[in-house]
Amino acid sequence: MGAPLVTVAIVARTVAQLWGKPLLGVNHCIGHIEMGRLITKANNPTVLYVSGGNTQVIAYSQRRYRIFGETIDIAVGNCLDRFARVIKISNDPSPGYNIEQLAKRGKRYVELPYTVKGMDVSFSGILSYIEEAANKMLSADQCTPEDLCFSLQETVFAMLVEITERAMAHCGSQEVLIVGGVGCNLRLQEMMGVMCQERGAKLFATNERFCIDNGAMIAQAGWEMFRSGQVTQLEDSWITQRYRTDEVEVTWRD
Amino acid sequence: MATLQLLRGAEMLKQGAEGRVYRAEFLGKPAVIKQRFPKRYRHPELDEKLTHRRTMQEVRSIARCRRAGISTPVVYFVDYSCSCIFLEEIVDSQTVRDFIASARRSSSRSDQELQRLAELTGRILAKMHDEDVIHGDLTTSNMLLRRSADSSELELVLIDFGLSYISALAEDKGVDLYVLEKAFLSTHPNTEPLFQQLLGSYSASSKKSSAVIKKLEEVRLRGRKRSMVG
Repeated sequence: MGAPLVTVAIVARTVAQLWGKPLLGVNHCIGHIEMGRLITKANNPTVLYVSGGNTQVIAYSQRRYRIFGETIDIAVGNCLDRFARVIKISNDPSPGYNIEQLAKRGKRYVELPYTVKGMDVSFSGILSYIEEAANKMLSADQCTPEDLCFSLQETVFAMLVEITERAMAHCGSQEVLIVGGVGCNLRLQEMMGVMCQERGAKLFATNERFCIDNGAMIAQAGWEMFRSGQVTQLEDSWITQRYRTDEVEVTWRD
Repeated sequence: MATLQLLRGAEMLKQGAEGRVYRAEFLGKPAVIKQRFPKRYRHPELDEKLTHRRTMQEVRSIARCRRAGISTPVVYFVDYSCSCIFLEEIVDSQTVRDFIASARRSSSRSDQELQRLAELTGRILAKMHDEDVIHGDLTTSNMLLRRSADSSELELVLIDFGLSYISALAEDKGVDLYVLEKAFLSTHPNTEPLFQQLLGSYSASSKKSSAVIKKLEEVRLRGRKRSMVG
């Protein structure tokens, strides 16, 4: 991931100088959140950020997007992608999408490990378990690939909804925003919606046009930053793969 | 069924993450009833398994803590048919979360009180871990403070043991502290020194703390390694 970031940074610096435009360094996750807020008009939501590289529950307070819960090992999208490879599900258009479609035809619920630690989750145990068991169960005709997709989704999404609800109860929040690539999964949105209904809260979600990584979300976050007076000096512009959501001072919100 | 009928007339205090909490009376004593109602968002099989396990674990861990002299609400009665636990109501208390928030708003005398709180919390958690109870959901909302009747000393009462389990592993205790650290620092910005004090008191109070603190440091690094792209 380092090389593409370096390349894009060079392009951005070049364009900024060619056209005399201000340059802004943007945190990737903040891009997702600001895009989600713009599209859904959510005011002050508890954010569930779920993708191939990240799983975080975030809430805003005192000028930071603070991480209340996150995965303590691998991201949920990573768990889904690697499971897809175990039972040879196609990458076209994406493993997550194909798991979602197969899961609709799943009938039997296969019990899998369920690991929630407060507002944190862990997926590595589920992945190890299913890597070990999946092909054995399939060849013994104990379940179908559809059943496994269904059971995996039901398990990991229940964990995500649970930690989101816990963060809401802890923060006294009545809004949820789902962002990140896994966020366009309709089953996850449906489950989150039911949870919100049960506690009189409101769900905000977007479809794949805005959930999946895109340039516009970076532009939106950059615009918010610029509006509040931030600019990145050319000599201070850099890239990093370890930029945590809570490191950014949010100057554009009260 | 009698329990559910009782709930219908009771006052709902709040809807937490785990269930609904009602105020009621149990044999003349002020009580709260914690009901884990079915969560419709999750698969019924998974829901039943989690609900039953958590109700049981909550009661078990409370009993174990109380035997060790750690303050938790008394369990009056459990109705497994509707996953309801009848607990002692901790009257005249406030959450540690509210205590910290209000102490930080008023600048006078607050520093000393917060230090006493951190010291007390570290000591109680060390005691709990020495009993091999892993709370599983340590936050400042899940700890109550009350002034004990005989003195003005603060007393810490631990609640919400639904995610708790029994384990002697330093790894599990380390993760327990890591969960608290993150909840603590995200809920109460800029309180790093206070949390350090809590850990200091934890270390001083428990014989087995050095392995736990070492694990805590390991778990923190696992978190840091995660890439922020994707």
